[in-house]
Amino acid sequence: MSGHSTYEPKTGIERWLDTRLPVIRFAMDTMVDFPTPKNLNYWWTFGAILSLMLVFQIVTGVVLAMHYVPHVDYAFASVERIMRDVNYGWLIRYMHANGASMFFIAVYVHIFRNLYYGSYKAPREVLWLLGCVIYLLMMATAFMGYVLPWGQMSFHGAVVITNLLGALPVIGDAITTWLWGGFAVDDPTLNRFFSLHYLLPFMIAGVVGLHIWALHVPGNNNPTGVNVKSKEDTVPFHPYYTVKDAFAIGVFLLMFAYFVFYSPNALGHADNYIPANPLVTPQHIVPEWYFLPFYAILRAVPNKLGGVLAMFGAIGCLFVLPWLDTSKVRSMRYRPTAKLYFFIFVLACIVLGFCGARLPDDPVIPGVTSFILIDSDLNSFVWLSRIAALYYFAYFLVITPILGLTETPLPVPESISEPVLTEKKD
Amino acid sequence: MLRKGFAIAALGFAMLAGPALGATTFEEPKDVHWSFEGPFGKFDKAQLQRGYKVYREVCSACHAMNLMYFRNLGQPGGPFYDEKYPNPNDNPYVKSLAKDIQVGDIDSETGDAIKRPAGSADKFPSPFPNEPAARASNGGALPPDLSVIAKAREGGPAYIYSLLSGFEEAPAGLTVPPGKHYNPYYPGDLSSFWTGKGPAPKGGFISMPPPLGPNKVTFDDGSPSTVQQQAKDVSAFLMWAAEPKMEERKRFGLGAMIYLLILTGLLYASYRAIWRNVSH
Repeated sequence: MSGHSTYEPKTGIERWLDTRLPVIRFAMDTMVDFPTPKNLNYWWTFGAILSLMLVFQIVTGVVLAMHYVPHVDYAFASVERIMRDVNYGWLIRYMHANGASMFFIAVYVHIFRNLYYGSYKAPREVLWLLGCVIYLLMMATAFMGYVLPWGQMSFHGAVVITNLLGALPVIGDAITTWLWGGFAVDDPTLNRFFSLHYLLPFMIAGVVGLHIWALHVPGNNNPTGVNVKSKEDTVPFHPYYTVKDAFAIGVFLLMFAYFVFYSPNALGHADNYIPANPLVTPQHIVPEWYFLPFYAILRAVPNKLGGVLAMFGAIGCLFVLPWLDTSKVRSMRYRPTAKLYFFIFVLACIVLGFCGARLPDDPVIPGVTSFILIDSDLNSFVWLSRIAALYYFAYFLVITPILGLTETPLPVPESISEPVLTEKKD
Repeated sequence: MLRKGFAIAALGFAMLAGPALGATTFEEPKDVHWSFEGPFGKFDKAQLQRGYKVYREVCSACHAMNLMYFRNLGQPGGPFYDEKYPNPNDNPYVKSLAKDIQVGDIDSETGDAIKRPAGSADKFPSPFPNEPAARASNGGALPPDLSVIAKAREGGPAYIYSLLSGFEEAPAGLTVPPGKHYNPYYPGDLSSFWTGKGPAPKGGFISMPPPLGPNKVTFDDGSPSTVQQQAKDVSAFLMWAAEPKMEERKRFGLGAMIYLLILTGLLYASYRAIWRNVSH
């Protein structure tokens, strides 16, 4: 999409097309000849995996939409009809439902890889911001998609999440009513969620286009974080990375297929096979696993508005990260202290995920009661999530800005080729 | 030193610990072996047939299965599938099972509501015309639809089996409200009904009376008609009803896994070959 093009049209028709709409040149420059650092490890294959997952979700989703009925009286039964009477409907629906989880597994690996190797730093800030936008769109799409089967968890999840907007002062109630299309989560809500659930993936696809465009201007970061210096440092994308990505996709699909064929409901919730009933609230309302860390942050704050702000703030931190990081060294391979804090951060995210799945007042160590601190027992998931949430924010707002100024990084190699030739890669 | 500190702290916490507050409790479902477990597991056809009989003769008095059609009984993987009848609507056994059941219809001449024998394309009829009627006949409780119940409860078929075969005399000290039945596998909070010693028993009160009993259903294949057997068979039947395409899914999955393994292996070999001369 930029840089020097090496494509030379060879046939008459290619030359003709190249002066009118250079699509072949475009494809050659971005997917074939594109110079790519030769030291990318398997963490870099998740970009390709994500592209494939987006295609999977759109293709299976379009077919599901042919059979799905977005109406409160028929939605649940129409999904089960897909499972029972549509040819291979069970396959399409289980691929779509588990595909959402796989999509999030891949995007979380992709984001953590970014954080570790400092891929968000100059000159890739726009690339990173577009990635954050994609992540936000993914969350909106997944949330609305989960509402569509109109099971108990769909309905009550939608009630809980849409009610959060009611916490906004003055305009909160009006916005919630506007979003619902009425005074409760009902048929209009389901219909608009279906409409938006169909729309947003194409917006994601559009932003993915920009994301790849923004990638191809500075080119890939790499595990050393050192800029590409010479042609020695790179290999053409095809066949080197097409084959490596394809292999990684194969491994990823094996995991995906295991869930689809042998454990299709393991990542879901049993309550969502009960048709939605506004009069019966499930004992535990929990979102899908990929939202649990944010759900834990939401519940960690005793004030509703505060919780909502903390939850959105947690995502907001990602957006401003390139300007919070003061370190001149990109890759944490050469930042031993930062590496330690990073792994604690990953742990904090996982702990938050666990907390999100539990009742806030349940004890972390069973059978032990300590003392009430402010509003809850110290030995409770709400306090554990407070500690983890505090670390989450501290990592972005305190540790990252200060550490970059105070730490002493290890010597950084002169070029990508240097460590390849002299030391063992990690 | 540190360990000693922990020990003292733990002791302190233990002494502070008051009586546990009320919370939902239940007995973990019994450990059951199912023929349909694991990647190669299949439904046991004879068991599904027995399970259908239990549903038809016992459960269907109160519980609907709105997503089930009689034809489902004769489809591949179903209890009465017969290779001679690839179209389950033609299966004579399914037809005769359906014929015994009356379903509501409209007389096409007069428009009157009538009853007629079901055909294989008919849905399982609901025992009650509507929810208030169902509640009125069941002491205010609504018997849930059983179409996907095996997927809609934590623990799945093992939970259903444990619940159906797990009714017990309420322990002394537990006040059972009228119209309710104690079941240790049913999630509930019994602390406010408990006057005995120690913590309240696990489990809850369920509105459904113990539905099964010895010899309540006569199995055509001569299997002993114990409560355990009936509970196990009907749980397997309900699992099939919830996931009628499970066998097809696992069969398809085996092919998909083998294909992906070979593909991934070839891609790995290609990767090694292509990268052979690049130091990275």
